[in-house]
This record gives sequence, structure tokens and C-alpha cells, in this order.
Amino acid sequence: MRTPIAYFLLLSAILFALGSASVLLRRNALRIFMGVELQLNAVNLTLVAFSRMHLELDGQILAFFSMVVAAAEVVVGLAIIVAVFRRTSTTDVDRASVLHG
Amino acid sequence: MIDLIGLAIAIPLLAAAVNMLFGARLGRWAGWFATAAMAASFAIALGALLDLLALPAEERTQVVTVAEWIRAGAASVALDLRVDPLSITMAMVVTGVGSLIHLYAIGYMEHDPRPGRFFGYMNLFCAFMLVLVLANDFLLLYLGWEGVGLCSYLLIGFWSDRPEAARAAKKAFITTRVGDVLLMLGLFVMWVHFGSFDFDVVLGHDGSLPEIAAGTATAISLLLLGGAVGKSAQLPLHVWLPDAMAGPTPVSALIHAATMVTAGVYLVVRSHTLFEISEVALTVVAVVGLAGALYAGFSSLGQYDMKRALAYSTMSQLGFMFLAAGLGFYAVAMSLLVAHAFYKALLFLTSGNVMHGLHDEIDVRRLGGLRRDMPWTAALFAAGALALSGLPPFSGFFTKDAILELASHDGEVWAYVLGSLGALVSAWYIARLYFTAFMGDRRYEGHAHEASPLMRAPLVVLAIGALFAGAWLAFTPEGRLATFLEPVVGHVVEGHAGPSTQVLIAISIVLTLAGIGIAWRLYRPRNAERWISFPEREPGMAGALGHAFYIDDLYAWAVGSVGLRGAEGVAWFDRTVIDGAVNGVGRAAVWASGLAPVWQSGKVRRYALTFLAGGAALLLYAAVRV
Repeated sequence: MRTPIAYFLLLSAILFALGSASVLLRRNALRIFMGVELQLNAVNLTLVAFSRMHLELDGQILAFFSMVVAAAEVVVGLAIIVAVFRRTSTTDVDRASVLHG
Repeated sequence: MIDLIGLAIAIPLLAAAVNMLFGARLGRWAGWFATAAMAASFAIALGALLDLLALPAEERTQVVTVAEWIRAGAASVALDLRVDPLSITMAMVVTGVGSLIHLYAIGYMEHDPRPGRFFGYMNLFCAFMLVLVLANDFLLLYLGWEGVGLCSYLLIGFWSDRPEAARAAKKAFITTRVGDVLLMLGLFVMWVHFGSFDFDVVLGHDGSLPEIAAGTATAISLLLLGGAVGKSAQLPLHVWLPDAMAGPTPVSALIHAATMVTAGVYLVVRSHTLFEISEVALTVVAVVGLAGALYAGFSSLGQYDMKRALAYSTMSQLGFMFLAAGLGFYAVAMSLLVAHAFYKALLFLTSGNVMHGLHDEIDVRRLGGLRRDMPWTAALFAAGALALSGLPPFSGFFTKDAILELASHDGEVWAYVLGSLGALVSAWYIARLYFTAFMGDRRYEGHAHEASPLMRAPLVVLAIGALFAGAWLAFTPEGRLATFLEPVVGHVVEGHAGPSTQVLIAISIVLTLAGIGIAWRLYRPRNAERWISFPEREPGMAGALGHAFYIDDLYAWAVGSVGLRGAEGVAWFDRTVIDGAVNGVGRAAVWASGLAPVWQSGKVRRYALTFLAGGAALLLYAAVRV
């Protein structure tokens, strides 16, 4: 008896929505970052679920790639956040708007 | 020497370049250098004249090819110089009178700080004038035509620190430009019709007429006449000439009396075959000339500035030349041109003596009695005045009155009657100048010093020419200009209408004496108070004469008031509508680009929302499409 794919998708959608809400509503850069991670993992979950449904490994491989890239992105992103924090003593992303047009 | 005629142009041109480049180093020698160049040019022209006289009459048109000038496809304009009786006559006047005026100018300009520039311009003028008269085609003639116009501008405005001189220079240049544009249009029509500017093609040669319909000939002739009217200061483009007297006096004598202003007459005489094919054009020439002669004669009576009075006199004499050309008496027109070059140059230079001796005072109301301080100048002025007035046996009689006599014999009664009135006025205005400036009591302060011998010498030569050139050119077998010019302008056929020659001569002498008599009655020494106060007693008449019948004021009003108003209207339209449209496009682009930065707020969360919305929209689109 297999769990229907819809459950996974629903869970993934909930996680993605939570992540998106965190990205859009939070002003602290670290919390936004956490939201982004949540979104990525929601998508990973979808990939793995579909992979299982079709009995093919493509989705899982892509999920690995996604994790690797996410890890790299965390490194770069955290570095930027630290750099910005050093300059402005804040992690409020709305304050970091020097490049507005 | 005919083959070397190009040198007659090249030498003054080279001298002009030297004087303009190194004039400051030459200093006082600039004048002598320029005069020597003119004398050399004169010698070459004289040699060419003698060579021409040695040839039989029918071979007296020699074309000297210097180079090919312009080649464009099949069309080609040669740089040819034409030595024929007409052009060599003009060249003799330009180089002969020109040399004398250069010599005079050495003395006249001795205190000027920039002799190099002055004599450079003068030499350049003579070179261009020679190009004009020696050209073998209309394009080269036009080059000279514009060149002398340029030099006229430069020399009128030579004292550029005087505002009136700068204004007069601009006025002369712009007014003559109106005529020059007409001349250029004439050349265009000529090119379209003939495909050539060559005199032989356009004007016919060896007695054959050019192949052209009367209408086209009329168009070309009238356009050429437009150019002539501008250059020769005839109605209605005459307004620049009196103001041009703001230039140094040798310039007035050389350019605005003896040579450049006669270029219009030369052009008409040169193109006479075209004018003859179109009968209308010749009549217009005669009417313009006669109207100008009378108009300018009366205007001269109202001038108190001696040089302005002489300028109107020049315009009047040029009117007589146009009248003669318009009636078909080309040789007589040329005789008057030559004689006029002598006596009008003389009159201008004597008035230059007065200015030189009296710190630029030239208003006859503040002169008077100069005869005692300046006996030479007074005698020389009297010689010029006698020549102009037309008393026998002096030049004016054999030239100006010859025109009237021929007109009467041809049955042109209107030309004779009005022309005689003009002759009477000529005697009147020139006698007026002599009586008011040189006779009676002094009305000036201090002592007027007589001109130096250096300045007197060329005047004496000019005076001899002024008094006797007319008779020599009219009668002596070796000097008879009419015979000499016959290969170019044809034989003057004398009619037999009207009174006999003896009666006409008597009438002309009586009229001249009447003119002098009127002048004596009005301006004799004991009437000085009366004529000086004339404007107060008769302001209307004095104003009309003094302002030359307000034509200049009419132009000033038309251009300065009506024209300016129109120009302002056009400028408003340009600024608001045309510039408004162009600037509006620019402003719209700026405004639109002002909207764009809204997207680049710098707010990361807004970017994220945009991504999300965009992604959602794409998904929605994909879902709806499936």
C-alpha cells in the first residue's frame, strides 16, 4: 500500500508556502534565509516523491544536486549577510537598499 | 603682351598676399609696393592694348587659355581670359585709375596703423576686378563679381572700430547680395539653356546671334540686370552706396566711383546681344537708368555731407550709362564710363584732401572758403566739376550730352526730355558743392592744410584725364572709342529725328549754364545763411531730398518693423510648435524613463514578491493552456 502522491505534494505545497511567507514577511536576513531553505526542501520533497512515483532515479539525483547547490548558496549568502552586517550593523534587508534606482 | 594678360591679374594678387601676410614688416613701404604692383599690371594691360591695336579690327578678340577650371562629366569650364576691345578698355580703367588712386592712398593713409592690410585689400580688389572684366565666361565673371563684393565689404568696414563703418559694410554686402542672387539665378537659366557659360556660346560670336527664344532671353537678361542693379547701386537696390562712404576716401574713389559700381554697366554692355533679342529687357534697362539718374540727381541736392552728395552723383551718372546702354548706344555708355572714372575719382579724392586737411570734416555747412587754404584742391575739384557738368569742351559734354543727342536723333523724346532735366540737375548739384565748400567765408575752425605734393600729383593726372579724355575718346582718330569698340558692340546707327545736332548742343549748353546759374543763385557766398537755414524754412522738402525720398527709411521700416514682426512670428512658431514637438518627444521619453526606477526599489523583499508573482503567473498560464 503506497502513500498517494497527493499527500506529498500537499505537504510540499504547505512547506513552500510557509517558506515563501517567511521570505516575504520577515525582515531579518537570517530568517529570510531559513525561509529560502524551507522552499528548497519543499521542492526537493516534490522531486523525490515524483521519482518514487515513476520508479526512476532522475528526481533523486536532481534533489542531490539541489542540496549541493543549496549548501554552496548558504556559504555565499551567509558571507554576504556577514559583510552587510559589518558595514551597517543590521540584518534588516529593507535597510540594505543603497542600489535602488 | 596679350598672352601675358594673366600676369596683370597675378601680380596684384601676389602683392595682395604679400601685403596681407607681411604688411606689418613692410610698414610704410606697403603702399609703394602695392602701387608698384598696380603700375606693373597697368603696363601689361597697356602692352596688350597696343598689341590689340596692331591687329586688324576683325581679329581683335583674343582668348588666352590659362587652364581648365572645372570638369564635371561632359561639362567643362575653362579658365580663359578674353582680350577684346571692351575688356581691355575696362582693364585700362581699372589698372590706370587704380594705380593713381593707390599712389594717392600712400599719402592719404600715411597715419593709419595698418597700411599692409589696407593695401592688401586694395590690390586684392583690383585683381578680382580684372578677373571680372577679363573673364571669357560668365562663371569666371561671377567669381570676380563676388570677389569685388567681398573686397568692397572689407574696405568699407576697414575702420572697423567705427560702428557706422561696420554697419555700412554689412548693408553694402547684404544689399548687393540681393542682386547677386538674381545674377546667379540668371546663370542657372543660362546653363540650363546653353549648357555653357562661354561668351561665344551664350552671346554669339562673329556677328551670329545665340539661338534662344525671346522669352528665355528676357528671363536671363532681366536676372543679369538684377545683378547689375545691385552692383551699380541703381533703383531699387541703391541704398548701400551713400552709406558706403564710411570707408576710406580712396576706397570710395576706386570702388564706389571708378570701377566696381561700373561692373553692372559692363555686364549689360557685354551681354547686349541677349538684351537685344529680348526687346523688353533693354527698355527696362533704359527706364531703370533714367529713373535712377533723376532720382539720384535730386537726392544729391539735399546732402550736406560732400561724399554722400558725390555718391548720389555717382548713382546718377551710372543711371546715364544704363540709359545709354538701354537705348543701344553701348559705345557711348562706355565713353561715359571711362570719362566718369576720371572725373569722379578726382572729385572723391579732392574731397579726401578736404577730410585729410580738416580732421575728417566733410559737412559743407561747416566748410566754406576752402579756396584760400587749399588752392590746389579747389582748382582740382573745379576741374572735376566742370568735367561732370557737361560744359564743352570737357569730358561730360562729349559723353553725357552725346547720350541725349543720340536719344533725340532716335526719336526717344521722353528719354531726351527727362535726361536733359537730369543733366541740368547734374550741373546744379556739382556747382552747389563747389560754391558751398570752396567759396565764401570760412565756417570751420583753424587752418586747413593743403594736401602734400605726393597726393596732388595723381590728382593732376586725373584732372587732365577728366577734362580732356572725353574729347579725345570721342573725336580723335586714334582715340575714338566708338570705332575701337565696334567689333564687340556694333556700330552706333545715328537717327535723324528731332532737332539738328547744333540745336541740341545749344540746348545742352544752355541747360548746363542754367543748372550752374540756379546753383549760384541759391548757394552763392552771400546766401550762405539762407541755404543753411533752408531745412528750417522748408522741412518737408529738405527732408525729402536729404533722406533721398525716404526710400532707405521705407526699407528700414519694411525690414526693421514689418519684416522683424514677421520674423518674430516665425521665430515664435519655431520655438513653440516645432521646437515644442521635438522637445516634447524628448520630455516624454524622460518622463517615461522616470517610471522605470519604481521597479528597482532596492527592497529585496519586493524583488522576491515579484519573482513569486511572476512564477505563479507562469504556472497559471501553463495550467490554463493545458
